[in-house]
Amino acid sequence: MEFVIELVISVLIVIGGLFTLIGSFGLVKLPNLLMRLHAPTKATTVGVGSILIASMLFFWMERGTFTIHELLITVFLFLTAPITANLIGKAYLLRHVDPHDDLPHTGEAEGWATFDSRDPEEQPKDPGKLPQDEKSNDLN
Amino acid sequence: MIEYALNFAFVCAGVSLLINLWRLSFGPTIADRVLAVDTMAINGIALLVLYGIGRATSMYFEAALLFAMVGFVSTVAYCKFVLRGDIIE
Repeated sequence: MEFVIELVISVLIVIGGLFTLIGSFGLVKLPNLLMRLHAPTKATTVGVGSILIASMLFFWMERGTFTIHELLITVFLFLTAPITANLIGKAYLLRHVDPHDDLPHTGEAEGWATFDSRDPEEQPKDPGKLPQDEKSNDLN
Repeated sequence: MIEYALNFAFVCAGVSLLINLWRLSFGPTIADRVLAVDTMAINGIALLVLYGIGRATSMYFEAALLFAMVGFVSTVAYCKFVLRGDIIE
């Protein structure tokens, strides 16, 4: 029984290490930021979650008392990773993406909500290029 | 057996930190650098927890929890600053 628990803990630790490595490798390998966002926010979070579960099992085996306080970090990371990814994506869109040329048309009079100005009284935003405009450009 | 697994995971986390440092140094945009710092914080949590397992003490758990919270708040603050030019509006 002892051996089985040790095996499970070791496998979880190895999986966690591999996933953190894969996440960081994706951070270097993928071509642009919106793709790069996926690697750390998903793979690394899973890796750390795996290591934390291994830690929980280890202290259960070591002390004989079962506590779930490692799950606090896991839950916290799983809750915050999407928020972080959303905010980084918004910052990237604001600084490096042109809403007229790079994004599809919203299909409405208003533009993309990410590009709304701080002052709501300001002029309405450009909704982007219509599909028929793109077609006429292709013909020319 | 846990020793070997721990050593392997230490190497993985260390290599990940180095790779993140590369992205932090050469990342073409600000968002890349913020993402690299956020990933470094998460890898730091992994290292702390692994070290806690290695030393068989749960003292490092609190440090890891604080690291998670401070890392999240700093990333959000940086993104907010880039987005709006202000952190608390």
